[in-house]
Amino acid sequence: MRYHTPSTFEDAARVSAGAGGVTRFLAGGTDVLVQLRAGLVTPDDLIDIKHIPGVRDIQRTAEGGWRIGVAVPGIALGRHAELSADWPGVVEGMELVGSTQVQGRATLTGNLCNGSPAADGVPGLVAASAMVTVVGPEGTREVAVADIPTGPGKTSLKKGELIAAITLPPRGKNGGDAYLRFIPRTEMDIAVVGCAVSLTVEGDRIASARVALGAVAPTVVLVPEAASAIEGSTLDEAALERLAAAGSRSTTSGAPSLSAPKSRGCWPSAPPA
Amino acid sequence: MSKIHVTTTVNGDETEFLCDPRETLLDCLRNQLDLTGAKEGCGTGDCGACSVTMDGTLVCSCLVLGVEAQGKTIETIEGMAAGGELHPLQRQFIEHAALQCGICTPGILVAAKNLLETNPDPTETEIRYWLAGNLCRCTGYDKIVRAVQAAAAEMRETA
Repeated sequence: MRYHTPSTFEDAARVSAGAGGVTRFLAGGTDVLVQLRAGLVTPDDLIDIKHIPGVRDIQRTAEGGWRIGVAVPGIALGRHAELSADWPGVVEGMELVGSTQVQGRATLTGNLCNGSPAADGVPGLVAASAMVTVVGPEGTREVAVADIPTGPGKTSLKKGELIAAITLPPRGKNGGDAYLRFIPRTEMDIAVVGCAVSLTVEGDRIASARVALGAVAPTVVLVPEAASAIEGSTLDEAALERLAAAGSRSTTSGAPSLSAPKSRGCWPSAPPA
Repeated sequence: MSKIHVTTTVNGDETEFLCDPRETLLDCLRNQLDLTGAKEGCGTGDCGACSVTMDGTLVCSCLVLGVEAQGKTIETIEGMAAGGELHPLQRQFIEHAALQCGICTPGILVAAKNLLETNPDPTETEIRYWLAGNLCRCTGYDKIVRAVQAAAAEMRETA
């Protein structure tokens, strides 16, 4: 295995595009090292992107949103007061991934690129309409987070492409988000179902909403029917019933939760904790 | 395959070692530097027995490559006692019988010390959540939590 430490994303993309064998990018390593040890993935080229300037930064964008570097660990998200005030659901989702030790290393971008349908960090990003900057041999493009995962352990990133940052839009007035998951234990478990909601209110009514579900389909899914079930409402009992029904309908493909205990472990790259 | 030269600071001492890029920091600490306090339990980041700090952040050394330690500051259980004097956490673990077989103990001590550095007065709940990634199959955790609380109280008094 060759170990690379490029100092720009363009160089990282070039190394990856020119590599003949198995390539992995290394940020927090909480999935890559587990796969390495288990013999599931033995990279010929391992590209450590933590030497690229700015990858550990959390910055305000000119528009008033946030740009989160690809090597920012979960613990740094939680300790960022302004980001946590703007997007508590995004931050809390990431903070549910693994233990304190895993939080010291694991990153939002890694959680996204690992492609687990049960990734706790992803529904909040999808609900927030987050974007990622993708750098590759053909240049740089902006892609919606929702368009990155394509199936368990699979992403839409092409050979040589990697994510350079995650961008959250401005929170705006009268808005908020949250992420909750159901697990059989109280900590250190993989979601049976995860749900993120981002919404804005006008007076006592919900003006707009986005609802994303995790662990109930091959990828994290946006459920527009669940959002329209509560838009315009005061979140009264009838709206909550419509929301629950829309959520259930979106997952009635016959499969129970994809991370239910009997099927757990079927993903080659399930999170370690 | 050629080995990579790594320079790092471990428990205050500048240290160097040669490692294969596939070797974990845990293996480098144990096999190259003879620092065998950090233990391998699961090797997949679930049990916390290999806990160390890297630039002040608590990590599982089984989930860090040795080459990633280049230029970093690593603290392990071997650096916890100062000149033969046990750290309050170590002493309180003995006094509270917060260990039996002992394999999880170095990792739990390193994790607890890291907690008290940022939060000198944690609640029981905060201690339990912070240590949720450190598995102990002997004690049932209660004695560990009480030992951490006692050490925190002692350290606040002397601070």
